[in-house]
Amino acid sequence: MKGVARYILAVSTVAVAAVAHADVGGDATRGEDLYRQCSSCHQIGAGAVDRVGPHLNGIFDRAAGQSEGFRYSSGMERAATGGLVWTYESLDAYIEDPRSLVSQTRMSFRGFDDQQDRDDVLAYLRLFSDNPRDIPESAPTAVAVDHEVAPEILAIVGDPAYGEYLSGECTACHQISGAASGIPSITHWPSEDFVIAMHAYKDGVRLHPVMQMMAGRLSNEEIAALAAYFEDIE
Amino acid sequence: MKLNRRAFIGTAAAAAGTFAAPLLVRADGHAKPRVVIVGGGAGGATAARYIAKDSNGEIDVTLIEPTRTYYTCFFSNLYLGGFRTMDSLGHSYGTLAAEYGINVVHDWATGVDRDAKTVATAGGYTIPYDRLILSPGIDFVDGAVAGWDVTSQNAMPHAYKAGSQTELLRAQVEAMPQGGTYAMVAPPNPFRCPPGPYERVSMVAHMLKETNPTAKILIADPKEKFSKQGLFEAGWNDHYAGMIERVGPDFGGDNIEVDPNAMTLSIDGDVTNVDVCNVIPAMKAGKIADLAGITEGNWAPVNAADLSSKMDENIHVLGDACAQGDMPKSGFSANSQAKVCANAVRGALTGSTVFPARFANTCWSLIDTNNGVKVGASYEATDEKIAKVDGFISEVGESAEVRQATFEESVGWYDGITADMFG
Repeated sequence: MKGVARYILAVSTVAVAAVAHADVGGDATRGEDLYRQCSSCHQIGAGAVDRVGPHLNGIFDRAAGQSEGFRYSSGMERAATGGLVWTYESLDAYIEDPRSLVSQTRMSFRGFDDQQDRDDVLAYLRLFSDNPRDIPESAPTAVAVDHEVAPEILAIVGDPAYGEYLSGECTACHQISGAASGIPSITHWPSEDFVIAMHAYKDGVRLHPVMQMMAGRLSNEEIAALAAYFEDIE
Repeated sequence: MKLNRRAFIGTAAAAAGTFAAPLLVRADGHAKPRVVIVGGGAGGATAARYIAKDSNGEIDVTLIEPTRTYYTCFFSNLYLGGFRTMDSLGHSYGTLAAEYGINVVHDWATGVDRDAKTVATAGGYTIPYDRLILSPGIDFVDGAVAGWDVTSQNAMPHAYKAGSQTELLRAQVEAMPQGGTYAMVAPPNPFRCPPGPYERVSMVAHMLKETNPTAKILIADPKEKFSKQGLFEAGWNDHYAGMIERVGPDFGGDNIEVDPNAMTLSIDGDVTNVDVCNVIPAMKAGKIADLAGITEGNWAPVNAADLSSKMDENIHVLGDACAQGDMPKSGFSANSQAKVCANAVRGALTGSTVFPARFANTCWSLIDTNNGVKVGASYEATDEKIAKVDGFISEVGESAEVRQATFEESVGWYDGITADMFG
């Protein structure tokens, strides 16, 4: 992915330089590295789509809560109704501590404490909010897949009603409302992302011991059922 | 074969037929089946909510709980350490009544007539049931600690039922003289929340370190070992070096006598003057289980698949009060058992699908600021008991970042489980 950023930078130096550089003092290449922390939820670049979180193309100066078709948390909808716009300053505050800016957001990211880190990430995001986003050769720069799962497993269509029963094991910790405080939200994930994450725990790639234990005794069909239930939960 | 809910119904109907048959006779000729639940904690509130939610009005649910505000025992140690307010531990039953249609009766259950299938309350009511779920938590064994009974709990608080006792204990610790002694009489197995007394020691030590650093903590413990022992002892050594002394059974920790008037603790005949004495006696099932005649010894034996009493198929027992096998007595366990029980009870009363029982428990403890540890396991129902399948425990020597993340996770769990209990 670093190569992508370098490529974009190489072909768009003039354009980037022209984009309010006074606001964007960060190192986009370093920002691309830091962005990996975001990439399991947010896609960015050509072909990026909404996943666990909305895609981040064109995020600068976009009104909050406006990615068409994405189901935002009630907290984000309130913030959008209140007129929140993603300026450099508001994005800076949001990625420093998401819940301090938007209470009840489902974004359970702890935040970037360091101002330079935030500047660098925002510099990277900025590449996709101006001319660089329109480069047709650009490949998707962030893919939510963090673990390989066999296509036949991903193809299983889960039964949401069975998933609802199984979800009782999840809701001792995860909140149905989507609220997150120390334990991330698992509602409205795209089914594929949910399945991939659970198999990553099941296979020991993701390291959280509680989740490894919980996923470890779920069959492929049961994981699919949970994914189907949580994807469309009201 | 693809296994989903519908496939499960087909394949498991024969095996699970016992649970799938609807009850034909309703208590008191009532149009809907009636479930009465005694006790509104992690087991009872969860069971009430899940039965009401999942039955879509097909079952009348009555929850009998004396308190209008329920203070969770889990996280009450954090109040002692100054990490939570008492208000943050309090929860009302308003949502269960308003949004789930549960009939919440604030009263004491004083008896069960198993033949008539009714529950009597102190307020003089007789409440009929088709299925009764008892989740009364714990009571204390009379005479378990020589010199102590419930009349001396203001002088020597147990603080093992959250609320006024917890506030009293904290006030006593705050009032300790400089260099004074806080003593704890730890309970024998089995008891509510196996790491609870030792998390409490950590929280009291945290408080004393800030305000009374020359104070001492003395633990008289009848057990050879205790939950998360290695983690706690390493933490105490790192954070509260020289402050905490534990006397196990080898040195008389199982031969205790207290004098609440003189404020003394005798360990194997060796008398010590103390400033605070936190007596946590041996425990037994909440009294209503005994009154219902479904206990054997101190606890109520149950069948693992649906938490039904081994003495009465129409009564189920959840959480701390039941003898079910390998699960620890914890809020998480009670919540997990409640969902299995709710599914089974609903199936028995309405013919809805009963899925296989699955159980899990995770228990977080705080040692010092942002220093959390955890232990957990998953379980399955066997013919004999709820049996442990798999488990994990935090490691000694984890990084500060891991310990902080574990603590933050525990805060998230608190929010999650209380939402799961109270809606």
